[in-house]
Amino acid sequence: MQPKPFILKVLDIVSIIVLAVAAYLALVFAPTEAVMGQVQRVFYFHIGTAWVGLLGFVIAAVAGVTYLITKNARWDRFEVAAVEVSTVFFFITIVLGSIWARPAWNTWWTWDPRLTTAAITELIYIAYFMLRQGIEDPEKRARFGAVYTLLGGISAPITFMVIRLFRTIHPVVIGSQSAAAQGGFSMTSDMKVAFFFSLFAFTVIFIDLMWHRIRLGSLEDKVEQLKLKVSM
Amino acid sequence: MEAIPDTSGYMIAGYVFAFVVMGIYVFSLYLRNSNLKRDAETLDSLQAEQSSSSKKK
Repeated sequence: MQPKPFILKVLDIVSIIVLAVAAYLALVFAPTEAVMGQVQRVFYFHIGTAWVGLLGFVIAAVAGVTYLITKNARWDRFEVAAVEVSTVFFFITIVLGSIWARPAWNTWWTWDPRLTTAAITELIYIAYFMLRQGIEDPEKRARFGAVYTLLGGISAPITFMVIRLFRTIHPVVIGSQSAAAQGGFSMTSDMKVAFFFSLFAFTVIFIDLMWHRIRLGSLEDKVEQLKLKVSM
Repeated sequence: MEAIPDTSGYMIAGYVFAFVVMGIYVFSLYLRNSNLKRDAETLDSLQAEQSSSSKKK
């Protein structure tokens, strides 16, 4: 395996720093929201992780299409990395949302359009790994995975748009929200600083983790090829 | 004026959860990487052994 590139080492350090700064801005710098209290601070990481989660699913769909066109295994590794990192972040999003919902909505979970589409999206991508595990032939696995992410990718924009199109209790931060929305609030300038920095921080962390996962994918492919050679 | 409700327990739970999950994921990347490196080294040496024994024959 190639040694870790210098830029990746720098990106690792930058990721730790921006995560620490994002946590500081969310937990200390941003003012306490008057109605919900401290739990509103969960919102900064909730949105940050949701942003990279949904972004990664769209990136995976694009990588899937590119793989189907080029048949280059590099795009398959890229796709797997995007799905894996996004699935982790989107899981955090869902749980943070649930924790926020308990005091805000007086329930951990409700089958609201946004929560339902988010849960379906997460399950789609958990099933993606089950699908890949079940296929031994690497080429077939990559082809099936690419088609799957292409279809699964549709769930990301649906999840994003659902609170803007349907009657839902989930608040909308940017744009107009449903009349039924509960727990919404208008951001002060300090809240906006924490909010936008959180988006930036999670984008940096996402790129860093993606890069590590792509390198891991290359190593997995190398080991798989070596196993084939040795068994022959 | 209404007092701000004390929801700090939920906030702490949320942030602890987020950091723990991210930590577990980073650790899993590290663990898988070191296991694969070890596998690659073992397979490389096996392959070298195989090629040297086939040359002797």
